[in-house]
Amino acid sequence: MKDKKVTRRKALITGLAAVSGLHLPGCSKDLPPSYGNLLRMGDAFTYAAHRTLLPGQSLAREYSHKDITSFPAIGTIDPGGMDELDTSEAYRRLQSGAFADWRLPIEGLVARPGNYSLADIKRLPPQTQITRHTCEEGWSAIGEWTGVPLSRLLDAAGILPTARFVTFYSFDGWADTLDMLDVLHPQTLLAYGMNGKDLSVSHGAPLRLRIETQLGYKSMKYLQRIVVGDAFDDGGELGHIQTGWSWYAGI
Amino acid sequence: MSDPDINTDDTRHTRWVRISHWIVAASFLTLAVSGLVILMAHPRLYWGEVGNDLTPALIELPISRNFQHDGWSERERFFSDANSPVTSSRTYEIFNQNGWARSLHFLAAWLLVVPGALYFLAGIFTGHFWRHLVPRRDELNLRAIGQEVHKHLRLLIRAGTGGPQYGLLQKCAYGLVVFVAFPLAVLTGLAMSPAITAAYPMLLDLFGGYQSARTIHFFDWVFLMMFLLIHVVMIIKSGFKRQIRAMTFGERP
Repeated sequence: MKDKKVTRRKALITGLAAVSGLHLPGCSKDLPPSYGNLLRMGDAFTYAAHRTLLPGQSLAREYSHKDITSFPAIGTIDPGGMDELDTSEAYRRLQSGAFADWRLPIEGLVARPGNYSLADIKRLPPQTQITRHTCEEGWSAIGEWTGVPLSRLLDAAGILPTARFVTFYSFDGWADTLDMLDVLHPQTLLAYGMNGKDLSVSHGAPLRLRIETQLGYKSMKYLQRIVVGDAFDDGGELGHIQTGWSWYAGI
Repeated sequence: MSDPDINTDDTRHTRWVRISHWIVAASFLTLAVSGLVILMAHPRLYWGEVGNDLTPALIELPISRNFQHDGWSERERFFSDANSPVTSSRTYEIFNQNGWARSLHFLAAWLLVVPGALYFLAGIFTGHFWRHLVPRRDELNLRAIGQEVHKHLRLLIRAGTGGPQYGLLQKCAYGLVVFVAFPLAVLTGLAMSPAITAAYPMLLDLFGGYQSARTIHFFDWVFLMMFLLIHVVMIIKSGFKRQIRAMTFGERP
């Protein structure tokens, strides 16, 4: 809880500083850089405004089983078919073994870094939620997700109090970051089940992120690795910012 | 030159009205264009909470190559019953410029919301709304309204006064834009934000769901574009150069 306040205040200060073109030493390294790009300054301002004005960690609306709708699979629909990626062959091999050999490394600011198998993750108390997926394209869909809250897994790994951001890497070649407010949000889930079945390849097997207070592209599919850090990591060319998308998508 | 900011001088536009007008005009044009680009990524409209390529649309707009495309894999049912919702994978590259279009849209939205809110407060507290936008009682009789409509339909527009002495139809048009269309655009916009609707779910109830809010947002855009068109035609008919100078420099004709 204490971390959150610091994050919010610093978000405000640096957000405003980014908009006015200033850089406060010591703060800017923790927050999304704007690279002097007017659009990214606007994104940073929106992020700062949300973190300042909205009550923290409100729950997104949940629906009932009969509300579940058809659900398109877009973006990457099979990392095993993307031969241009280094991870493609590894994904194909894991998929052929029903992901029994898949391991999720949790690294960085945790007391017990380690590799978690799907069975390890399924041993933690599960959570199921029926939520609306909102795509930046303009469509929406309601699905039921089963998994373990990210905070529960990070607690199991012994997340350190200095943690400020968590970075996710995926088998389809993306990297993305969440701040602690969203990381510790009670609906932020590492999902292995969708609509009562194992997560399909087209929807992100074996494990995907669900972040219900941001647009769909933040709910990264095909998780490969998680790194807990104390500074903002833009993911370089694998991240959203450098590919021209807003890092914060709570709009 | 006397100070045009004195409220009792009703013959010219006050400075805060002129500044607000042009900031809102610039941000609205940016929002209108970026909004259209965003819509082109998914040119289908729905009612309720949910709508996507696998559910029926209310309206499909032929505004990009994504219109009625069928680049989807065979549909698979989630559940065993015949009416089960389905999933399918997209098999082609869609038109999507939302990276810059969305960021530009929300940047421009700040330039609409913040100056717009200040304009609203100023309009209330200076009496501008009451004196210039609310119709007077003597304007509201059927014969006068009929005459006004008749004249406008025949494009008999009297020369602009260079100030806020608006005709009845002008008051109605500006009133609809200021008190209905812009607030509705902002509220339906907020109702599309996952973070804001988590904090304020009544926004979803107010408009009947995320997709309903998106559809209303679109028709609000249509209304505002029609207003813009008529507004510009009326400005031209009533003396373009003089009107622009009046709204920019606060000059009397």
